[in-house]
Amino acid sequence: MKRVYVNEEWCLGCHLCEYNCAFANSGMKDMAFALKDKKIFPRIHVEDGDKITFAVSCRHCTDPNCVKSCIAGAISKQDGVVKIDRSKCVGCLTCVLVCPYGALAPGENGTMQKCELCLENSCGEPACVTGCPNKAIVYEERGAAE
Amino acid sequence: MKKYLIIGNGAAAVGCIEGIRSVDKAGEITVISEEKRHVYSRPLISYYLEGKTDAERMKYRSDSFYDDNGCRVIYGAKAVSVDSSAKRVKLEDGTELSYDELCVAAGSRPFVPPFAGLDTVEKKFSFMTLDDALALEAAITKESRVLIVGAGLIGLKCAEGIYGRVGSITVCDLADRVLSSILDADCAAVVQKRLEEAGISFMLGDTAERFDGDTAYMKSGKSVEFDVLVLAVGVRANTELVKNAGGEVNRGIVVNEKMETSLPHITAAGDCAEGFDASIGANRVLAILPNAYMQGHVAGVNIAGGSADLGSAIPMNSIGFFGYHIMTAGAYEGEMLEERSDETVKRFFVKDGLLRGYILLGETERAGIYTALIREKTPLDTIDFELTKKVASNAIFSREIRRKKFGGVV
Repeated sequence: MKRVYVNEEWCLGCHLCEYNCAFANSGMKDMAFALKDKKIFPRIHVEDGDKITFAVSCRHCTDPNCVKSCIAGAISKQDGVVKIDRSKCVGCLTCVLVCPYGALAPGENGTMQKCELCLENSCGEPACVTGCPNKAIVYEERGAAE
Repeated sequence: MKKYLIIGNGAAAVGCIEGIRSVDKAGEITVISEEKRHVYSRPLISYYLEGKTDAERMKYRSDSFYDDNGCRVIYGAKAVSVDSSAKRVKLEDGTELSYDELCVAAGSRPFVPPFAGLDTVEKKFSFMTLDDALALEAAITKESRVLIVGAGLIGLKCAEGIYGRVGSITVCDLADRVLSSILDADCAAVVQKRLEEAGISFMLGDTAERFDGDTAYMKSGKSVEFDVLVLAVGVRANTELVKNAGGEVNRGIVVNEKMETSLPHITAAGDCAEGFDASIGANRVLAILPNAYMQGHVAGVNIAGGSADLGSAIPMNSIGFFGYHIMTAGAYEGEMLEERSDETVKRFFVKDGLLRGYILLGETERAGIYTALIREKTPLDTIDFELTKKVASNAIFSREIRRKKFGGVV
């Protein structure tokens, strides 16, 4: 299955992926209207280390802790994609407690959101990948962990 | 074709069903459910009272879950005995069910101490099931003075649930602090202050000794008048079925890492079971929903002929009150390292170069990175621990470790 991967050597730390993610999931047609002067809640976030930046989003784990731990039964894995039914989420943050990658965070209304690969939003393929100016984020098939 | 029998219909039972079906698509699965409800999430009952969810959305799995998994559910039935040599379970109505593999996922029940005069209290409730929450909801009014006995996870979530829907809330507990099972004294004081600022009153180090109608007489000699009483003192694991069948029980049903009890072809999972807690290196009941599901899943895989073990289960909790989040994990032993701001507290417990436990108040972003450091026993000298304390980040790892974590299928 294709997943989102980051080549951290190529990440410029521009945070554009965060904006493209927030826009793709906003349901709006105009990026400026969707994001201007608003606090954004992207499903990918750029982490800044010492001389290094990289983007982190859901790994869609083979055996996801979040699916097993969600107290509301709101997180499930369908066709390889870990999805959340936000109408069931009560914002208890148990998924944050168990995700070893730090890939889940609350959205605007306090319910959790996560990368669902843009398969069902207006973008249709991961917007973070499409918009990455240095091709540091890719969407591809890879084998087991290196 | 194997016959699987599951006693209980909560998260551990769902885990067991999904575990069985990951190995055996054909076997016959029967579920004995005491509650006459489709499987729902008990920890959500406080959110129900808050208005954040409803009975429909509280369902832990979809309406078609049992059909999809080929399960027969017997609702409103209670198992009363297990004959492990004949492999039969007897129900309260006399029905007998045979099995090849039995999973006891019978959960726990509220512990109600023998208070003198409790029978004179008209409106008294436990807070464990959706029926409890519905009964409590029907009993409260905007004027109700509510007394909650127990300042643990259940008592305080109940307080949050009814907050704004009642006149006043008083919480008492024999312990000298709130959330004594998961917080140390300093952190408990921070949380208590926030709850007090919201208007909840506490009587700690003190508890009700006897009741007379609408009055509680406290150990300290004080008395409290109330309209509605909630008993949230604690829970007891439902161990009797296995105990009476000759199985080993302690505070919970004793299980190994495969969730096998001491009796052949009987596994146990969830709040009734006492499994291995890697943070203390001993068996303990870890009565939290994620653990129930995972134990059930391990049991299911194993009884279906697969192979699974629980791995490093540790106590962990994510709980919040009025938007202030608290996360805890592991054991609070070794050296304590603290990061503090006006609104937040982070405490890390380090021993033998490993992170053993943590308490986070008010700042919980990406806390799973900390949890993984505990569970995976990551040597702290291989990561940037100074940065770790300030912020949970994947930048603490070396480039090689990060490549493993993010460069392939995990």
